[in-house]
Amino acid sequence: MDVLMPQLGETVAEGKITEWFKQPGDAVKAGENLFIIETDKVSMEIQAVAAGTLAEIRVQAGEVAPVGTVVAVISDGKGGTASPQPATPAAPAAPKPAPKPAAAAPAPVPTPRPSGPVQLDPYFEVRTPERNFGPAQIGGRAVTPLARRLAAEAGIDLSRVKGSGPHGRIVAADVQQAGAGARTAGPALAAGPSTEQVKALYRDVPYEEVPLDGMRKTIATRLVQAKQTIPHFYLTVDLDIGQLLKLREEANASAPRDKDGNPAFKLSVNDFVIKAWAAALQRVPAANAVWAEDRILRFQRADVAVAVAIDGGLITPVIRAADTKRLSAISAEMKDLAARARDRKLKPDEYQGGSSAISNLGMYGVREFSAIINPPHATILAVGGARRQAVETKDGGIAFASLMTVTLSCDHRVVDGALGAELLAAFREIVEKPIAALV
Amino acid sequence: MAELTYRDAVTRGIAQEMKRDPDVVFLGEDIAAAGGVFKTTVGLLEEFGPLRVRDTPISEQAILGAAMGAAMTGLKPIAEIMFSDFIAVCFNYLANEFSKHRYISNGQTKCPLVVRTANGGGARFGAQHSQSVENWCMMIPGLKVVAPSSPTDVVGLLAASVRDPDPVIFLEHKSLYPIKGEVPDGEIVDTIGTAKILRSGRDATITALALMVPRALEAAEKLKEEHGIDCEVIDVRSLVPLDTQTILGSVGRTHRLFTVEENPRLCGWGAEIVSIVADEAFYDLDGPPVRITTPHLPLPASDVLEDATIPSVDRIVDRVKRSLNA
Repeated sequence: MDVLMPQLGETVAEGKITEWFKQPGDAVKAGENLFIIETDKVSMEIQAVAAGTLAEIRVQAGEVAPVGTVVAVISDGKGGTASPQPATPAAPAAPKPAPKPAAAAPAPVPTPRPSGPVQLDPYFEVRTPERNFGPAQIGGRAVTPLARRLAAEAGIDLSRVKGSGPHGRIVAADVQQAGAGARTAGPALAAGPSTEQVKALYRDVPYEEVPLDGMRKTIATRLVQAKQTIPHFYLTVDLDIGQLLKLREEANASAPRDKDGNPAFKLSVNDFVIKAWAAALQRVPAANAVWAEDRILRFQRADVAVAVAIDGGLITPVIRAADTKRLSAISAEMKDLAARARDRKLKPDEYQGGSSAISNLGMYGVREFSAIINPPHATILAVGGARRQAVETKDGGIAFASLMTVTLSCDHRVVDGALGAELLAAFREIVEKPIAALV
Repeated sequence: MAELTYRDAVTRGIAQEMKRDPDVVFLGEDIAAAGGVFKTTVGLLEEFGPLRVRDTPISEQAILGAAMGAAMTGLKPIAEIMFSDFIAVCFNYLANEFSKHRYISNGQTKCPLVVRTANGGGARFGAQHSQSVENWCMMIPGLKVVAPSSPTDVVGLLAASVRDPDPVIFLEHKSLYPIKGEVPDGEIVDTIGTAKILRSGRDATITALALMVPRALEAAEKLKEEHGIDCEVIDVRSLVPLDTQTILGSVGRTHRLFTVEENPRLCGWGAEIVSIVADEAFYDLDGPPVRITTPHLPLPASDVLEDATIPSVDRIVDRVKRSLNA
């Protein structure tokens, strides 16, 4: 991308570069100082707004250039870079008016729009909700924000809904009522029997009514949506985890101990699975991706969500950059996240996101199962328990091996059969030869 | 378990911390020999002696200045400002001094002190001795602000405030001093920055502080019995840090938000909560948030007028009912 001569004040038309901190060919990180400019008013260090390699310097130290001139080019390492020579001002020679009168700070070089999730920070003041659920007024009547969201989620046409709130406002109850009406009336939506029909069926049997809390409702809507709209397919393999179990035993036996004799860590099989899954996603980057309606987002980091059963439901805290973390770190983080998940103390940024997920029911003695993808993920790995099983040895004999069966659910829109198989093969390779993966 | 007044809980909380830690000292006007003008500190002079429990001249600046110096040099002072209105006299210490020193010294100095003060109205003390100033304190970066509503919370939050490494403004409500409550035996230490759901309900969330908490609870009972409206009542307890998780979680279930505030309406703490809910839970709201507050007025000394000014049980019931259109 082009690095432009910034506007350092409303009336400043040009700037003089007094020093370059980088030479062509140097790697540049976003936020790193690039050069110093001097105007008649200020002298200031200018930072790079994008990472890459400094491809060329077009305005040398000591030279003066008008605001907006391309002073250097940073290549993003993929070849797509420079605008054509020569070093004429990209902006008209007359300085552009600064966007705000108070623009004493450098009017920056155009910033690329962030492609990843936006980090919350104390200055992030405009928290526009990610989705817009339609106008606040329908035919002159106000609709509450919750009513708008519920209507959009259920696909209910608000112009047909009567408002029962103050001043005829459409409130959530109106939408829910309209939704219930639509379900009983419209054959297309007649998905299941109504509350009344179900209750009538069991009117002679004693039962307890359990109202749906927020978590249960979320699970219900998201998983119905996931199972109905995501084209799932499933790949199952058996893994020989003999070496992994041995390695785990050795690692745990050699864990450093504190003065009370408590080990610094106790790695679980699941900790190994998390690490290996992250490593596999690294090896097959095309599968380290999520579905975003009109595009696919591919990641460099492997953030692995791990399903944790809690009282009344489940939640999937995310181990960020699991590929870069030591097993003991993953283990400690997982313990902490699971404990806080059970107390419902996780923060949204601790359970949202991730590029793939793991669900492990091995501890319940489950041998194998298939999991429902948690959108926007494209994959989820269902992990069964370890078992001893007779297998045929290389020389045709019989021996017992420690096996584990895993099933990968894939979203076909993102991960095709061969790609899923490749991902699973990478995982198998790492799990079956864990030492090789760690070295 | 023992039944204790809110007033006696203050004494117990101070004594608990002074027994535990010899660095805890206590100073203020008439707090030693007289046992406090609200009788909240009776017996402390006798128990801990004049070196640790000190009467001061009538100078709020001297009290907070001395407390700050003591805190910076290793003690953990509790300073009493008799009426919270008088915080205005020594505001510089709150706004510029002990709220800022840890920051500007890059952590080289700390001010682990507690300013206890009698806050709020209802006692016919007039415009200069009845104000609710929690919003004055809340707006200053560097201060923590707590305001308990029950005897148990007084002991637990006071202990947490004394043990906190930063300055804490501890707002006692002067109209709550006579109320009684069961207080567990033994040491009680609570956590600053946590709200408590005192009554769960599904139709609306009512957040309240200090004297407004018992009124909100009573209003919630009436709303349930007389109008079938089931309110969740949250005692906010700590304005800084604020337990947004509990409040947002509750609004996520009830979809309606009410604040009951004794501070005057403009820039009251509830405005901050409404703003946070609008930011974080907009599409969970099924109606406009409603703030029930003291108007932006000097408080009258007349009992009739004061009662008409500070939010009452009936006013809370009326506003909730009208807003929910029931």
